[in-house]
Amino acid sequence: MTMFLTIAVIALIFLVIFQIAKASEYVSVLKGEDVSRRQNNKINGFLMVTFLIGGLIGVWYCNKLYYGKTLLPYDSASVEGARVDSMLWITLAVTGIVFVITQAILFGFAYKYQEQENRKVFYFPHNNKLEVLWTAVPAVVLTVLVIFGLRNWFLFTGEPPKDAMVVEVTGKQFNWIFRYPGKDGSFGKKYFRNIDDANSNSLGILWDDKLSHDDVVTDKMVLVKGRPVKLIIGSRDVIHDVGLSHFRMKMDAVPGIPTTLWFTPKYTTKEMKEITHNPDFVYEISCDQMCGNSHYSMKGIIEVVDQEEYDVWMAKQKPQYLVAFPDKDPSNAKAAADTAKAAAKTVAKL
Amino acid sequence: MSNEAVLHAHSGVATHEVHGDHHHEHHHHETFITKYVFSQDHKMIAKQFLITGMVWAVIGGLMSVLFRLQLGYPESTFPWLEDLLGKWAKGGRITPEAYYALVTTHGTVLVFFVLTAGLSGTFANFLIPLQVGARDMASPFLNMLSYWFFFLASVVMLSSIFVETGPFSGGWTAYPPLSALGAASPGSKTGMDLWIISMALFVVSSLLGGLNYIATILNMRTKGMSMTRMPLTIWALFFTAVLGVLSFPVLFSGFILLIFDRNFGTSFYLSDIFIAGQGALPNEGGSAILYQHLFWFLGHPEVYIILLPAMGMVSEILSVNSRKPIFGYMAMVGSLFAIAILAFLVWAHHMFVTGLNPFLGSIFVLLTLLIAVPSAIKVFNWLTTLWRGNIRFTPGMMFAIGFVSLFISGGLTGIWLGNSALDIHLHDTYFVIAHFHIVMGVASMFGMFAGIYHWFPKMYGRYLNNTLGYVHFWVTMIGAYLIFWPMHYEGLAGMPRRYYDYSSWESFKQFIELNRFISTVAMIVFAVQLLFLFNFFYSIFKGRKVKTQNPWGSNTLEWTTPIRPGHGNWPGEIPEVHRWAYDYGKDGKEFIPQTTPVGADESHH
Repeated sequence: MTMFLTIAVIALIFLVIFQIAKASEYVSVLKGEDVSRRQNNKINGFLMVTFLIGGLIGVWYCNKLYYGKTLLPYDSASVEGARVDSMLWITLAVTGIVFVITQAILFGFAYKYQEQENRKVFYFPHNNKLEVLWTAVPAVVLTVLVIFGLRNWFLFTGEPPKDAMVVEVTGKQFNWIFRYPGKDGSFGKKYFRNIDDANSNSLGILWDDKLSHDDVVTDKMVLVKGRPVKLIIGSRDVIHDVGLSHFRMKMDAVPGIPTTLWFTPKYTTKEMKEITHNPDFVYEISCDQMCGNSHYSMKGIIEVVDQEEYDVWMAKQKPQYLVAFPDKDPSNAKAAADTAKAAAKTVAKL
Repeated sequence: MSNEAVLHAHSGVATHEVHGDHHHEHHHHETFITKYVFSQDHKMIAKQFLITGMVWAVIGGLMSVLFRLQLGYPESTFPWLEDLLGKWAKGGRITPEAYYALVTTHGTVLVFFVLTAGLSGTFANFLIPLQVGARDMASPFLNMLSYWFFFLASVVMLSSIFVETGPFSGGWTAYPPLSALGAASPGSKTGMDLWIISMALFVVSSLLGGLNYIATILNMRTKGMSMTRMPLTIWALFFTAVLGVLSFPVLFSGFILLIFDRNFGTSFYLSDIFIAGQGALPNEGGSAILYQHLFWFLGHPEVYIILLPAMGMVSEILSVNSRKPIFGYMAMVGSLFAIAILAFLVWAHHMFVTGLNPFLGSIFVLLTLLIAVPSAIKVFNWLTTLWRGNIRFTPGMMFAIGFVSLFISGGLTGIWLGNSALDIHLHDTYFVIAHFHIVMGVASMFGMFAGIYHWFPKMYGRYLNNTLGYVHFWVTMIGAYLIFWPMHYEGLAGMPRRYYDYSSWESFKQFIELNRFISTVAMIVFAVQLLFLFNFFYSIFKGRKVKTQNPWGSNTLEWTTPIRPGHGNWPGEIPEVHRWAYDYGKDGKEFIPQTTPVGADESHH
């Protein structure tokens, strides 16, 4: 019912606008087209300058409403991200100034040079000096921006510091799997045909590779404050993207082609809760590349902690090898032996 | 081949008019079919492109209203949605499948069917012969085929909406493996087959059209119409056609490989894939990134294919209605040329975060930001064209000014995103949505509106209603900024694109009121477009009649034709051109048409 009412109201509004429009056309024919054109011109010239002023007020008001909801009021959560932020401010300053000046000129000219009967237009087809000026100035400004940008870009995409820890991130429809190399600091080899979710091998790790035996597989990423981390990113199925908005970083997860990304977390999750005044704050990994119908729910959690807390957490993790082969686990050895005995008995009875 | 010869060879229908000044009133035999359906008259084909484009604009726009409904009201249910969409909106809430299908189809349709076919298909067809002084296109028959391939593409795309597994839902860029594997997403089954077929047909249409436009501009200019006397619209449409002809085949090759991967077991794009529920796939050794290179080799020129015709028309309309020559004609042509060249050299800026070689990335940063220079030249030249003019705010002029405003706003955020070190943060967030909707989507739409309002009198011999035009302009202008400006803030919060629901995200859920506001404005703006459509179709039949041959006091050749030109455009000889198209306000004369010979006492510029 409300649906029909809404449609009826919209139709009515249309009808009214249409009638007004039609009437105004008749009036303009009666008054003479020149007269009505001049009137329209005045109104629209006035609206142009009103739009400029209203628009600039709107820009200010929008900023007032939403600035606090962006990431900008707080410091970047990674050391490298702070460089993104400072670049962002420089770019904002440059483009902001150009924006205000050019829009003001555009609507200002539109208002100022609206048609007047006695105005003689200025025949001004070209002027080389002016054109050189506004070719050269943008070129110089952009060069500066490019230099800032590329310095940061090479830092972000370059080699991480030597003391960086390494975490492997693998995307799949629709969650993330993390792997730590364990005490030996090296990952065991993996191959996608070995993937076997039922037998605790969601990454396809080759258990023959001894390096894999202490690899730890987790469903959240725990990082150490102040310690650079290098992510080795991959995907099991389609393209995903590791989106780390608080750290100002992002990298695609592509099946078959490993990618990397590194950064240095600056604040623990606890500290971020205080900084953002949000007790529920949590570092989220958002999948930023369309990956299927549940793309929007593909979330990963990162916890940044102190070194001690990290050590305690890591000590509690069981290597995936032992999860996949519980019988190899010394703490399970006795239990496993009992089960084996029971099984042997059953076989004997048969 | 001369104009006359072409007409004799291909279309017989206009020969009467070619032969004589005397009996052009004499009507040759035209059936309904040859006049309105399988027409070879470029003006009719232009109208066919335009109206088909409008139909798609309504469909694509309505789709955006539907998915904005989900974004604005994620918790609400609308029973009428279930009536409309059936199982795609069970219980009155759009399902994720439907949401992604809507987003994907909205993007595909708006980019290709509306802003490529609807925009350059319409105006290249309509304006090129009229403004260069030709009786028709180089090949009217290919031109007709171009439209009908587009029509077929439309039918196939439309049919994909009614497939049981749904239309393609992996985003308009159709990245594999998602688009290659039916098991990864239901939309990648039959829906994707239809999507590719439709796009392949579209590429054919686009190539047929493009080759024709280039051939016509290069070979069929009237006497005296040297390249540097052409209106900027023609220059822009020329570069657009060149871009399309050189880049669409690359897209096509990318699609062919995708078809092979989908259907014939090849591994161009596939490697190391394990699909839950299906297991490991046999494919090894392919590169998913290869597709992105092929796609964006078209994809980036494509945004200029969309933008350049709008730039050209805006240049023309700004000059005519400022009653002043366009400032820096040669610089305008030069910057169009620079943009056309650079358009081919920046594609990988869409791929900064794919794991691209960082050095390669840095080259693309440099080339991308270089595009800002010709763009800046164009903006400053438009502003100078307004300076000390005598501006008439026709609805066409309003949209042209709106175009410049939007192009500035959206262009400046391009400087953010083109810099890879900022893109690494803002990539695939709402910041990108805001950027490309303003600079490419809405701005080109404004260029298209400007063109429609300006050339409607030439198309139909009647005017659009001005008051409705002004209402249309102001609501759309204000609405566009209200919709897309705040999205920058969502992007600066890192909010990703293409999410069905943000409510479970601690980092992004703070924008629910803003999303509701944006959705509301989007609906209002959509409604106003319907008002424009009404104005369009009403005015075709009932609009105020055009009584003078040259209602805007314009210099270009299309206004030397009769008010309602027949096939062949000029009843008599094709006029000869003696000057460039922008002698407005010269030597105290308000305007001097291109057909006026240069006087002995005329000043030199």
